[in-house]
Amino acid sequence: MTSTNHRNIKYYFEGEVAGLLIFLIAVVVAFSLASPNFLTATNLSSMAIQLPALGLLTLAMLIPILSGGLNLSITYTANMSGLALAWTLQALGGPEAGVEVFVLGCALALTVGALSGFVIGVVVAYTKAHPILVSLSMMILMRGIGEFLSRGKDITGFPKFVQEIGQGAIWGIPIPMLVFIVCAVAWHIILSRTRQGFGTYMLGSNIMATAYSGVATKRNLIVLYTLSGLMCAVAGIVMLSQFNSVRVGHGESFLLITVLACFLGAADPFGGFGRVLPVFLALVILQVLSSGLNILGANQHLSTALWGIFLLAVVILRWAWWRYSAKLKWKLEEPNNE
Amino acid sequence: MIPVIQCKNVSKTFGGVRALTNIDFEVMPGEVHCLAGENGCGKSTLIKIIAGVCAADPGAKLSLMDQEFETLSPAQARRLGVGVIWQDHALFPEMSVAENIAIESFVGSNAKFVRHRNIEDVAQKVCERLGVSFDLNAKVKTLPIARRQLVAICRTLVSDARIVFMDEPTSSLTRTETQHLLNVVRTLTAENVAVVFVSHRLVEVLEIADRVTVLRDGQKVGVYDASEMSLAKLTEKMTGLTITPAVVGQNTNDNDTVLEVKNISRAGEYKDICFSISRGEVVGIIGLLGAGRTELALSLFGMTRPELGQIYIDGKVVNFRSNQDAIAAGIAYVSEDRLSLGLVQAQSIENNLALTVLDKTLVFGGLLSLKKKKEIVDHWIDELDVKLGNVSDAISTLSGGNQQKIAIAKWLATNPKLLILDAPTVGVDIGAREGIFKIVRDLANKGLSILLISDEVSEVYFNCNRVLHMSGGTLRREFIPACCDFSEMEDAVYGTDI
Repeated sequence: MTSTNHRNIKYYFEGEVAGLLIFLIAVVVAFSLASPNFLTATNLSSMAIQLPALGLLTLAMLIPILSGGLNLSITYTANMSGLALAWTLQALGGPEAGVEVFVLGCALALTVGALSGFVIGVVVAYTKAHPILVSLSMMILMRGIGEFLSRGKDITGFPKFVQEIGQGAIWGIPIPMLVFIVCAVAWHIILSRTRQGFGTYMLGSNIMATAYSGVATKRNLIVLYTLSGLMCAVAGIVMLSQFNSVRVGHGESFLLITVLACFLGAADPFGGFGRVLPVFLALVILQVLSSGLNILGANQHLSTALWGIFLLAVVILRWAWWRYSAKLKWKLEEPNNE
Repeated sequence: MIPVIQCKNVSKTFGGVRALTNIDFEVMPGEVHCLAGENGCGKSTLIKIIAGVCAADPGAKLSLMDQEFETLSPAQARRLGVGVIWQDHALFPEMSVAENIAIESFVGSNAKFVRHRNIEDVAQKVCERLGVSFDLNAKVKTLPIARRQLVAICRTLVSDARIVFMDEPTSSLTRTETQHLLNVVRTLTAENVAVVFVSHRLVEVLEIADRVTVLRDGQKVGVYDASEMSLAKLTEKMTGLTITPAVVGQNTNDNDTVLEVKNISRAGEYKDICFSISRGEVVGIIGLLGAGRTELALSLFGMTRPELGQIYIDGKVVNFRSNQDAIAAGIAYVSEDRLSLGLVQAQSIENNLALTVLDKTLVFGGLLSLKKKKEIVDHWIDELDVKLGNVSDAISTLSGGNQQKIAIAKWLATNPKLLILDAPTVGVDIGAREGIFKIVRDLANKGLSILLISDEVSEVYFNCNRVLHMSGGTLRREFIPACCDFSEMEDAVYGTDI
């Protein structure tokens, strides 16, 4: 029974990165053929500017998904963290605030993000309530506090250098993109090379068996949601610097897209499996699809619909691939069986 | 006489794995037929095909009530008189006995509105027919396991079953309860209902069955008259091996005491438990399901805390707040429930093995070293001779015996003082069990203390230095296998009711 349910992980994930890469190349080639404006420095840099906010939020979503949960509060946590930074800047000088104030504000923002994740983690770990329920409560809490304190308005009026960070570039690469790449690498290391990451995968598959093996699963849950909250704060800081303003509702529509990006990147919806690299590739594909269609003059809503088709196609292709490889495996082994 | 059911040429492949190959199987009316075979031999798959839960590969022929089918749906199978009592009984614990018994007359293809008075009438009639009595309004979850099983039997009879399959019906029953069940089976056969027993307790199989069909590795070995079979012969047919067990007699009295338990109690679980284990000693705890064996083990492993009494390790009192404390103190626990507690089934073999010893693979202040991890994994796979394809395959791709070896290896890697093995042969083939016990003996010879928990008298009798009999949450008696008869121990264990 169990062996058929769990499929064979290896066959399920083999070729995942290769498949996404091939798809990415195909999409890029198709768009470059369709429009001369696609493979231009302007378009590439505009993609690199748009991607990081969604990308960072996706990283914040990925770790809870690996643990078999979800963090629905990511966008509001990001904006609450952004608000913390904005108020620090406003209170300590407004447009004249110095870099040290910005650093202080960032520290405060990270604290707010971490705290939001920490609370979710503690409640999930100790009450064993479903993370959807807990993070949904946190989402509403964050939104409510944020709207109350900001009166639902945009907070603006930051020093000039903040915008320069958000819209600047180093070696031609936009700074937000660099931040995203650094965070993705950090996430990769945490997940693949630390006890915390190892434990997260294991408890994502079976939390009781992991606890029986002596892993401190409660602590692991608390740390992983705190990490998720921290990443939200990074996303909030990046969004603030990019938009040069903060509003509680910024990036609301990203929430479900982050879940989509995780699944496209072969994270198992039931937890336990998924890696940063394929998720990164999936994000790039989504960005290419949306920018490409935009250049072709397609309607914005149509490109959203295409994302949906893309996800369905990937689900079906993965199933077909799994069937195919299981059959292939059987054929290869059959002579030994008989 | 026409068979109630006749299967010809039944094969079944799951993905690429062939579970059954060209099986022919028939059952006569009023017969008690036993389906015997090791775990994973295809018994359950065959039942599922007959019950319509899964479809056979093309080419199969199932004949029921003069009709021929290639595949059946569950509803068809029930209509044609196939009743199955699954191992877990598949009852609704929150519903009453009457509702559970009568449910099939209210759901399915000709469902009607539910009338509560009818439910009791239906249930009452079946109970009378079977000669059993129930409080029909009691919730099923309040009944002991043996009674729940009778509820499940009653349920199949409501739909006028002409053939009843029972999957491992006696695995949690005491001898008296088993006798009662066998009486019910006799009542059924007297009414010309055929009963198919799937059981691993071969003694009962031979006691009640008319004929035995033996499966091995998805193939039919043969059909035999039970009267011609002996226990040894049947085991040989099932495994293809001849096994001759011997008592291990090793004196470890002079060694230091590793674990000592003084008067520990926990309400509703176990009471006033006292025993000790010396270095290199194998102590067995024998008791039926529900005797409190696992609850006791969980307290020794720090998962629960005894309310009274003390636990000493190497003469020092310990007070575990979690199993992490217990592991640090040198206690390891191989769970009876390998599927959901012992191993993380979906994950890879190497990750399961490394899970308990991640600390030993850390470099640069906290990063896992893949090289060190691989060294540990390779070492233990080699040490316990685990047969596997690739360490990155899911653990669920391994056979029960090899899974159990990994479950043991991950604890040996922590270098424990005391290894608690809770029902280590559940879901492990008879052939592979010997391998597990060989590991146990080797470990004990190297000085590891082992607490072996089991409900099979033969396991503890042949593998332990001392055996403690547990029942109703207390330790009843101590046996030294070297100085007592096998049957004496068997009588003590299976003879008592919980």
